[in-house]
Amino acid sequence: MSTAGRSAPFPPNWPARIGLIALAVYVVYAGSILDLTWPRFVEGLGHGARFISRMLPPNVAPDKLELLQHGMIESLQIAILSTVFGIALSLPLGLAAARNLSPAPLAWLARTAIALFRTFHAVIVAILFVKAVGFGALAGILALIVASMGFVSKLLADAVEEMSMRQVEAVRATGAPFLSVIIMGVLPQVMPRTIGFCAYQLDANLRNSALVGLVGGGGVGATLFTAFQRFDFDFVLTIVLAIIAIVMIGEIVSGWMQRLFQ
Amino acid sequence: MDALAPLDRDKVGVDRSLVIRNLRKEYRAGTPVLKDISLTIERRGITAIIGPSGTGKSTLVRCINRLADPTAGEIRFLGQDLARLHGGALRKARRHIGMVFQEYNLVERLSVIENVLTGRLGYVPVWRAFLRKFKAGDVDRAFHLLDAVGLSDFATARADRLSGGQRQRVGIARALMQQPDLILADEPTSSLDPKTSVEIMELIARSAGERDIPVIVNIHNVELARRFADRIIGMSKGEIVFDGPPGALADASLLAIYGGEGWLE
Repeated sequence: MSTAGRSAPFPPNWPARIGLIALAVYVVYAGSILDLTWPRFVEGLGHGARFISRMLPPNVAPDKLELLQHGMIESLQIAILSTVFGIALSLPLGLAAARNLSPAPLAWLARTAIALFRTFHAVIVAILFVKAVGFGALAGILALIVASMGFVSKLLADAVEEMSMRQVEAVRATGAPFLSVIIMGVLPQVMPRTIGFCAYQLDANLRNSALVGLVGGGGVGATLFTAFQRFDFDFVLTIVLAIIAIVMIGEIVSGWMQRLFQ
Repeated sequence: MDALAPLDRDKVGVDRSLVIRNLRKEYRAGTPVLKDISLTIERRGITAIIGPSGTGKSTLVRCINRLADPTAGEIRFLGQDLARLHGGALRKARRHIGMVFQEYNLVERLSVIENVLTGRLGYVPVWRAFLRKFKAGDVDRAFHLLDAVGLSDFATARADRLSGGQRQRVGIARALMQQPDLILADEPTSSLDPKTSVEIMELIARSAGERDIPVIVNIHNVELARRFADRIIGMSKGEIVFDGPPGALADASLLAIYGGEGWLE
């Protein structure tokens, strides 16, 4: 019996092999350029240990706690305001971007806007807004609204595009006006997932509200930045622990919201 | 006796006949799915359209309420050419045409009563739909219709909890909620078992008969068509090849509609 005429069952994938080899070579090269050596790493560990020892125990002096509380409340406000406005603006933008509902030019325009919002990380957007509207919570809120719109409207548009058009068609066939078709045919289908994105976005905005403060966007991030600059490392630890606690609470709340609206 | 029939009777006297002239539909230019269909549907009674799959039955029905856009031709109903309407005028015209779908097409996550009330959306302002503040008269009618289709116990159940037959009953109630002047049914029994199919066809025939609403129904099952229709239209390859009462539908006509031979024995 001959196997000559048969094609190989597992032909070698040369492009994949070459790609993997090239990647390995590049990793070694980039590491050597950036001085990624073992002695350098060990030396770094020593610095880290000293840093951590200066953080302990966390500073809980009353004046520090008051600073922390003030920053935390501002961060919460930034997170909640930016989530509410971000979601309110995402609903029309997401629907406009769904190609099965909106006319092609509008959908294209909305998709472009969303892509633009998603291009830069919230911190970079925050730097732009700090330059534009000055230091403080307003810059942070605006930056996180943009981030929320990029995330929520993109996922909403995708959810709308994946929904069952049959259900929408049946509502349309009754002669319902466009907005009623959205309310009775589209929203019921995408609402559970949208609540999920929104809960996740609230969670993300809580985390990011600390981040935008680092670049001048107000909130606990600003407190953290000041503490770093004054080498108050024990207070830094207090702030970090508080942020971790808030983020964990945010996660619990968002999980609870998602279950509620299943 | 349906307690609602008097409510619907105020529309008796409207000319509900439908006239289709030279209707043509091409999804791709040059390959028509419907080839110059001309057809007059009388103001009452059930007209069944039979024919092999992919022959344009569904497209024909969907052209009438413009879920599909005709390429050419005229569809005259209630003094208007449906084929030329768009925007608000089209929505107004659609309010007069109820539709029952093969896959029921209920909004799965809404309650049964919300699905029935969807039939009033053409008449209800958007804010009322948003707040679910339907007029008491509409809500009463919706409950009466649910009663009439035998689902009054399920009013607040979510539509995705129902069986296929129950869903189709809700679909029929939704269509009747529109107080339509015409009912289109696109394969209303194809997803149902034989017994439920008969029950659904009986419900459509009875509901439409009591209200004097003409029905156009696409149907695969020739026996069901014979049993319930007053008139049968046979389509093949986008053309009408048979048009007559069920009694005139002989084996020869079935061969003309479905082609081939041997399957009839």
